[in-house]
Amino acid sequence: MQNLSRRQALTVGAGLVTISVIGWSGQAFAAAKEAADEITKFTGGKAPDKGKITIELPEIAENGNTVPLSVSVDAPMTADNYVSDIMVIADGNPRPEVATFHFTPMSGKAEAATRIRLATTQNIIVVAKTSGGQLFTDQKLVKVTIGGCGG
Amino acid sequence: MAEKPRIKLPKEAKKGEVIQIKTLISHIMESGQRKDKDGKTIPRKIINKFTCEFNGKPVFSADIAPAVAANPYVQFNARVEQSGTFKFTWTDDDGTVTTAEEQITVA
Repeated sequence: MQNLSRRQALTVGAGLVTISVIGWSGQAFAAAKEAADEITKFTGGKAPDKGKITIELPEIAENGNTVPLSVSVDAPMTADNYVSDIMVIADGNPRPEVATFHFTPMSGKAEAATRIRLATTQNIIVVAKTSGGQLFTDQKLVKVTIGGCGG
Repeated sequence: MAEKPRIKLPKEAKKGEVIQIKTLISHIMESGQRKDKDGKTIPRKIINKFTCEFNGKPVFSADIAPAVAANPYVQFNARVEQSGTFKFTWTDDDGTVTTAEEQITVA
């Protein structure tokens, strides 16, 4: 979506007009749709099961510029049964991707932590994929007092 | 970005132990969303990829988007079965690759 073609731009524009007439926030709508697209790309269209995932995030982030995030998945991490990928999506940011972590059996634990930027109060969606192709998801709402994007 | 990345991991571990590794590199992580005072978009410049290998085998990697905060901090784990060297790489949007290495002794 970084380089919109003219046609795409017009379609999105038309969509935004419709949405703003209804009274929704156009940006939030676009972001939520992009978030869904990213998840579909990751899962290949299969519906992930809920559970197995632990997301650690503050309930209220006073500063959206740096919000500590930790994700982990309950998995044995053996050579034939391990979590291979964990994707983190922020559905209210200008771009929904946050990070995708790739694990191997040598990782020992399907767990990673980083610090993220959040533009506004939104859901953080985590989707995990195992070596056997199983998919899990969970999400957590974070209230953001001061947004971390834009100047 | 001339500063050395900071890496924290134990110097010694038991065979089969899962150790925690913390890394931090100084980087502006310019998101490409901000505008300067003339209203022009400041071009994106971030670390987009982080990898960790142990004795040449992949342990962990991360694809990083602009939504990761400045001075990207990454914490993860590794199971160590023998002594060896961890190699870390950070790849910038401009193609610059920063590397670092840490030794671990496994008893």
